[in-house]
Amino acid sequence: MGSINFNNALGVHPDAMLLRGKRAEILANNLANSDTPGFKSRDINFQAMLAKETQNGMAMSSTNSAHISGGSSQSNELFFRNPSQPSIDGNTVDTQLEQTIFSRNAMDYNSSFEFLNGKFKGLKSAIRGE
Amino acid sequence: MSLGNIFDIAGSGMNAQSIRLNTTASNIANAESASSSIDETYRARKPFFAVMHNEFLNVNKDNEFHAKGEEIGAGVQVKGIVESDAPLQPRFQPDHPLANEEGYVYYPNVNVVEEMTDMMSSSRSYQMNVEVLKTAKQMLQRTLMLGE
Repeated sequence: MGSINFNNALGVHPDAMLLRGKRAEILANNLANSDTPGFKSRDINFQAMLAKETQNGMAMSSTNSAHISGGSSQSNELFFRNPSQPSIDGNTVDTQLEQTIFSRNAMDYNSSFEFLNGKFKGLKSAIRGE
Repeated sequence: MSLGNIFDIAGSGMNAQSIRLNTTASNIANAESASSSIDETYRARKPFFAVMHNEFLNVNKDNEFHAKGEEIGAGVQVKGIVESDAPLQPRFQPDHPLANEEGYVYYPNVNVVEEMTDMMSSSRSYQMNVEVLKTAKQMLQRTLMLGE
């Protein structure tokens, strides 16, 4: 058993960063369409997505091509947001809400980045042995 | 690379809002453009927006953000610019050089108050897209510093 393995060392943070990036894209799309009639605001359930991403590490191994991969295959975590103030043209983007979620998501991205960066720094100093 | 897509999304939003601002400017500038016939009179122009769907997003096979056969949008697009159907304003001005035989001059159906609110709305939306772009840029720049 390799004691230093990238998957073990980095933990959940690379997945979290990827998901935060994807979520930022969805939120940016909501904000860009804040004046589009009939546009429905969307978001992802971050917890559920991350649980799924990390579950892949524990997926059942298939030794035959006929094997069905285990784990949940529910991939539609994209949901429509319930508007608090529905607009008359059918648009459900709540600009201020989206903006706060977007900036919070960016902050979470940065914190995931900090964790990851810390891991790399730790690995580096372990390699150097200083 | 999803952070890279944000540049396109926010860019499309800025583009759409600038087109909207452009039509508003045109409408306000022509609010008093008189004409002697109904057909020649300027009419208020309004852009209409629609979600842009990007087929490039689907290239990624394990892109899991497909809500039942529907992909996430890739920004906003201006579908077209329509002229308003609101009635024109005929004014009785027999001294006007463009007055017709009955002494009427036609003025555009531009509602200046509506245009001003539209202008504020589009400039705010433009700013919002700029902020999104700025944030995405910072996120990407930090990511490039990973491991340094």
